[in-house]
Amino acid sequence: MAMAMGCLLPPEPSQAAYREHQSTWSPYENNGGTCVAIAGLDYCVIAADTRMSVGFSILTREHSKIFQLSEKCILASSGFQADIRTLQKHLDARHKIYQHEHNKQMSCPAMAQLLSNTLYYKRFFPYYAFNVVGGLDNEGKGCVYTYDAVGSYERVGYSSQGSGMQLIMPVLDNQLKSASPLLLPAKESATSLTESEAIDLIKDTFASAAERDIYTGDSMELLVVNASGIRREYMELKKD
Amino acid sequence: MFRNQYDTDVTTWSPAGRLHQVEYAMEAVKQGSAVVGLRSKTHVVLATVNKASSELSSFQRKIFKIDDHIGIAMAGLTADGRILSRYMRLECINHNFVYESPLPVGRLVLQVADKAQVCTQRSWKRPYGVGLLVAGVDQTGPHLYQNCPSGNYFEYIAFAIGSRSQAAKTYLERKYETFSESSREGLIRHALLAVKESLQDEELTTSNCSVAVVGVDESLTILDARNLKLFIDGLDESASVPAEDKQADEDESKEQGLGTSDGSGSDVVPMETS
Repeated sequence: MAMAMGCLLPPEPSQAAYREHQSTWSPYENNGGTCVAIAGLDYCVIAADTRMSVGFSILTREHSKIFQLSEKCILASSGFQADIRTLQKHLDARHKIYQHEHNKQMSCPAMAQLLSNTLYYKRFFPYYAFNVVGGLDNEGKGCVYTYDAVGSYERVGYSSQGSGMQLIMPVLDNQLKSASPLLLPAKESATSLTESEAIDLIKDTFASAAERDIYTGDSMELLVVNASGIRREYMELKKD
Repeated sequence: MFRNQYDTDVTTWSPAGRLHQVEYAMEAVKQGSAVVGLRSKTHVVLATVNKASSELSSFQRKIFKIDDHIGIAMAGLTADGRILSRYMRLECINHNFVYESPLPVGRLVLQVADKAQVCTQRSWKRPYGVGLLVAGVDQTGPHLYQNCPSGNYFEYIAFAIGSRSQAAKTYLERKYETFSESSREGLIRHALLAVKESLQDEELTTSNCSVAVVGVDESLTILDARNLKLFIDGLDESASVPAEDKQADEDESKEQGLGTSDGSGSDVVPMETS
């Protein structure tokens, strides 16, 4: 009967007892990918690869994981694309309401808080999204916020999320983190690298991650936020 | 309009088949200062007369952005108007969320009209005391609509509501055939000239009027003081309405004042209307 229907049904329970059955269906899917952001003194660089996959297959090589939330605030997310897209739309709608009420754009720190609240709202059925927010704070300095799936967040000088995170984060730590707070006085969270140095670093880390992480590759989208606005760049990555 | 025994409740019909409370609500709109709207093939312009309740206060804001493609101008109880604009904004945002496309103007106007109608059929509510001119652009082009407290809505090529709007309407009636082919600048000029007709003993300045434009390729923008001044300075004097029409309009607004026993016609309207 099951064969005729063409789908797999669990075996009929015996008369004696019901067998325990593990669930095969999940509401989530991981579409892979990696996101990185680095905050500078007066700029912020946000980058993500453009590969969207499921299992061992590639769905598309040209899918953007980056979304502009406001004039000075960018969101990069990896994880389950359906949840990510909905999260982006949700934040965008809230931003419109904010603009109507206050006649101005939301600041990056405000948007960061809003994202945290939005994620925690679904604490018991989370958005499968691993987020990095990057932009300029109220003083024009670069800021990066890193999140977990349920909204725990922290302002940092740099961060990465997603499938390539484990490969990229140690490299960023090596390059950007001061060796010890005793050697270098605790500064603000931003790095002292110039914009082009930060961009080169990100390009190198992505190229490296694409070598070993099967879910990262195809191409990389990079956004730079600074006082003059937002600039986009693309870089090819390995397609395998 | 005079008081009678069928006007206490909005849910009471008069023997003549009228709902007086709804009509009184429309009076509140006529008490507000003038608002003008006109459209061409590519743009819609809204212009308002801004009144300040005293020399010390700021001018009442009567133009609101609803979405990138829709704006409204209100006359009457602006407090009611703010509630409606909040509703309209949320409807646009929700539609955009679900359909990822802008809410067609006529659809929104219909929703507002239905919302207004509810207040005309509940004994524990009162009609909204504000009239809206809704300007917007969607896939079918630019549109201008009017929303009434009665729950009716109408589409126009050009219209004016509020006090002394008849003078503005006369100007619009004379010139409307040229609007369709008008340029953006031409349309704004016409709107300012129309609104000028509704002013009494005042010159048009950047502080007593506002203008908003929306077009096929232009998001709704409310002109700032600098741009508005350029337009006002560029107005041509020869396009004003003859004096007789202005007089007729003044008599009409005196008559429309809420009738009381002294019938002096110069009644103080207790509500803040603008």
